[in-house]
Amino acid sequence: MKVTTHAAADTLTLVLDGELDASSAVVLDAELNKPELLNYHKVLIDCQRLSYISSAGLGVFISHLQRLQDSDVKLVFFNMQEKVFNVFEILGLDSLMHIVPTEQEAQAA
Amino acid sequence: MTSHLRIQCSRKNLQEVRDFVRAFLLAGRRSEVLVNQIVLAVDEVVANFIIHGNGENAEQFLDLVLALTEQRLDVEIEDHGHTIFAPSVVAPDPDMREYIRQGRKGGMGMALVSRIMDQVEFFERNAHTVCHLSKALG
Repeated sequence: MKVTTHAAADTLTLVLDGELDASSAVVLDAELNKPELLNYHKVLIDCQRLSYISSAGLGVFISHLQRLQDSDVKLVFFNMQEKVFNVFEILGLDSLMHIVPTEQEAQAA
Repeated sequence: MTSHLRIQCSRKNLQEVRDFVRAFLLAGRRSEVLVNQIVLAVDEVVANFIIHGNGENAEQFLDLVLALTEQRLDVEIEDHGHTIFAPSVVAPDPDMREYIRQGRKGGMGMALVSRIMDQVEFFERNAHTVCHLSKALG
């Protein structure tokens, strides 16, 4: 699992590459735990190369979502593969998290 | 058709488990979503055995057997540790809004397994814990 970040104006984009499981979730958790995240208005998660997510990966997003919302930081997912989106659907997270098809829509969210 | 894998109880081996299940199922022209669901269910149970059942003790090991017969998949995961480990398999219905409010990290794995597989059971055999999962693929 590789996480790269790009900052532009008030938006931070995290690009996820690989499989997010109980072993690799710690990498993403460390990124989302950085205090400077709260300086942005939006955190976008580019999921194009995210090929797998387990409950440990979902747990990382769930554990940070409220803190981000409380600080008026939007968390938006885009470019999500169908099989990964399906995992969010199984738990009903697709209706509780902001997931859009394209980067353009994520930027406009 | 059956296939067997033995792994040490380290979460670094979860990738090998997923690759093993994927390779077994993708040989049969199944949808990527279905294959991913089953890979996820096995990954969740194995992660539970590794982390909670064996405390990530890499000297312990797990045996996985996949068996496919007439469009039914059976998965058996046998823990060789000395502790009987049997998480609740009654499909929990986690309140995800509450999980988000609380910032919870865990507690969703077995909910996923229960929703994906047709049958989930843990039982004891020769003083070891065995998990049996099954799903109709037809």
